[in-house]
Amino acid sequence: MSVSRTAALSDRRSRGSRRSSRPQVSMFSYAVLVLAVLGCLAPLYWMFVVGSNDSSAISRFPPIVTPGGNFFDNIVAIEQKVPFFHSLVNSAIVALSVAVLQMFFCSLAGFAFAKLAFRGRSALLVAVIATMAIPSQLGIVPLYMIMSGIGWTDTLQALIVPGAVSAFGVFWMRQVVMGSIPDELVEAARIDGCGTFRTYWSVVLPNIRGSAAVFGLFAAMGAWNDFLWPLVILNSPENFTSQVAIQQLRTGYNTVDYSIVMTASILATLPLLILFLAAGKQLVAGIMEGAVKG
Amino acid sequence: MSTDTPIATPFASRRGVRAKLGERFAPYVYISPFFILFLLFGLLPLLYTIWVSLHDWAPLDDVHPFVGGDNYARMLSDPRFWKAVANTFSIFLLSTVPGLVLSLIIASVLNNRSLRVKTFWRMALLVPNITPLVTVTIVFSSIFGRDYGPVAWVLQVLHLPPIDWGATPFTTQLVIAIMVIWRWTGYNALIFLAAMQAVPASLYESAEIDGAGRWASFTQVTLPSIRPTILFSVVTSTVGGLQIFTEPLLFTSPTGGSNGQGLTMTLLVYGQAFNSFHFGYASSIAVALLVIVLLIAGVNFVLARLIRSSE
Repeated sequence: MSVSRTAALSDRRSRGSRRSSRPQVSMFSYAVLVLAVLGCLAPLYWMFVVGSNDSSAISRFPPIVTPGGNFFDNIVAIEQKVPFFHSLVNSAIVALSVAVLQMFFCSLAGFAFAKLAFRGRSALLVAVIATMAIPSQLGIVPLYMIMSGIGWTDTLQALIVPGAVSAFGVFWMRQVVMGSIPDELVEAARIDGCGTFRTYWSVVLPNIRGSAAVFGLFAAMGAWNDFLWPLVILNSPENFTSQVAIQQLRTGYNTVDYSIVMTASILATLPLLILFLAAGKQLVAGIMEGAVKG
Repeated sequence: MSTDTPIATPFASRRGVRAKLGERFAPYVYISPFFILFLLFGLLPLLYTIWVSLHDWAPLDDVHPFVGGDNYARMLSDPRFWKAVANTFSIFLLSTVPGLVLSLIIASVLNNRSLRVKTFWRMALLVPNITPLVTVTIVFSSIFGRDYGPVAWVLQVLHLPPIDWGATPFTTQLVIAIMVIWRWTGYNALIFLAAMQAVPASLYESAEIDGAGRWASFTQVTLPSIRPTILFSVVTSTVGGLQIFTEPLLFTSPTGGSNGQGLTMTLLVYGQAFNSFHFGYASSIAVALLVIVLLIAGVNFVLARLIRSSE
C-alpha cells in the first residue's frame, strides 16, 4: 500500500517536473513567432509608410521607414482621378448586403439541414458540399452573358445576388446549429405551437447570433475583397468597388505612382483591419472550430 | 358565441391542413435559395461554358457559328496556352510546398499550452488573410522594385546587382508565390493548430514512454494524426491556386507581362474574353482548367479514401 502510494507519488512528481520543463516555451519558439508576426505585419507597415509620404519618397535610399504627413494630399489627388470615396461606399453596400443575405439564407438552410427531418436530406447535403469543389469562377464568360441578358451589367446587384448564399456558409451554419441548439429546444417550440419558421426566427436565430455574426463578417470580407468579377462586370467609375477603383489608379501611367495607390489601399484596407481588431478573436475561434469539424 | 363555433371550425381545420402542408414543404423552401442561386449563377454558366467553347463566339455578333473542336485544336497549338499552364503550375508549386511547410512549423510552435499571449499571435498571423488581394499585390510589387524599395536597397548594401523582378519568368513567379505564401500561411497554420489540438494527449504520452524525442513524436504522432487536415489544405490550395488571377494581373499586366512571364490560365481566360472578345476561345481554356481542377480534386479524393481505408 505504502509502496504503491510512494510509487504513485514519485510518478506524479516526475510527471509534474516533466510538465514544468517540457511545455516551457523555448526562446526559439518565441523567435519563430516574432519573425512570423513581423513578416505578417511589416508589409502593411510599409503600406502605411509609402501611403502617407509623397510620390518621391519610395525611391529614397535607404528606404524611408517612418510615416509622413502627405496622407490627406494624396487623398485629394486620388479623388481627382477616380471617385474613390464613392467606391468605398459601393464596397460597403455590397459587403453589407452580401453579409446580411448570407447570414439569413445560410442559417435558414443550415437550420433545415440540422434540425428538420425531410426526404432526401442527406443526399441534398452531400450535393451542397460537393458544389464547394466546383471552381465556379470558371463560368465567368457565360455569367457575364447572363448578366448582360437580364440587364445587370454595371450594377451592384450583379455582385450581390450571386453572392447571397454559399455552400460554405450553409455547411458552417449547419455545424453551428447542430452544436448549439439542443433538439429539446426545437421540440419545445413546436409543442408551444411554433411553426418551423417561427422556431427558426425566435428560437434558433437568437441562440446562434454570435456565430452568425462571425460568419457574416467572414462573408462581408470576402465580398469586399472580391476583384475578378467586379472588374469584369462594372464599367463606370461611379459603380466601381474600391478594389476596381484601385486597379484603375494603377493603369494609364507608365510608372505607378505608389504613394497615391498605397493611400487608396490604406483606405480600402483600414475598415477591414478595424473590424478585425474588434472581432478577430471570434474570427480565429470560428476558423479553428470549422477546421476540426470539417 | 356558441353559434360562431360551427362556422369557425372548418376554417380552422382548413388552415390546419394548409399549415401542415406548409410545414412539410418548409425545409425545401429553406434550402431552395442556395440551390436556385447555384443553378442560375454557378452550374448553368459552367455548362454553358462548354456550349460556348464549341462556337466562334464574338459578343457583339448576332450569329455565333458552330465550330466543333476548333477552339480546342487552336488551344493545344497555342504557345501562350502552354505557357499559362506551365506558369500556373510553377506558381502553385512555388507557393504551396514552402507555404505548407511554414504553416506546419508555425502551428507546432503555437501548439503549446504555456505559450503567452496566444490570442495576439493567432490574430497577428491572420492579418494577411483579411488583407485584400489587390492591396497585397500592390504592396509586394513596391517591395520588390528594381530601383527602389527595401529589397533593392538590401541588394545594393550587399553589393549585388539589382534584379528586375517582374522581367523574368522565375523571379516573377517567385514574387507571386511569396504573395500567396504571405496571405495563406497564417490561416493554414491556424487550421493545422486546431487539428493538432485535437490529437489525443495519450498518443504523445505513449510515444514518450517509447522514448520518442520531440522530432520523432512530431513525425510519428503529429503528422499522421493531422494528415486529413493537411490533405484538405492541399485540396483547397490547389483549387484556389490554379485559379490565381489578381496577383499576376496587377504584378505584370492583363496579358501577363511582355513575355507572358506572369500569364496564368485564368488570366488567359480573362484576356481572351474581355480584352480580345473571343468568348468561344476563352471558354475552351476555361473548360480545360475545369477539367484539370476536377482531375486533381478527384485524385485527392481517391488519396483521401486510400488513407482512410489504410488506417
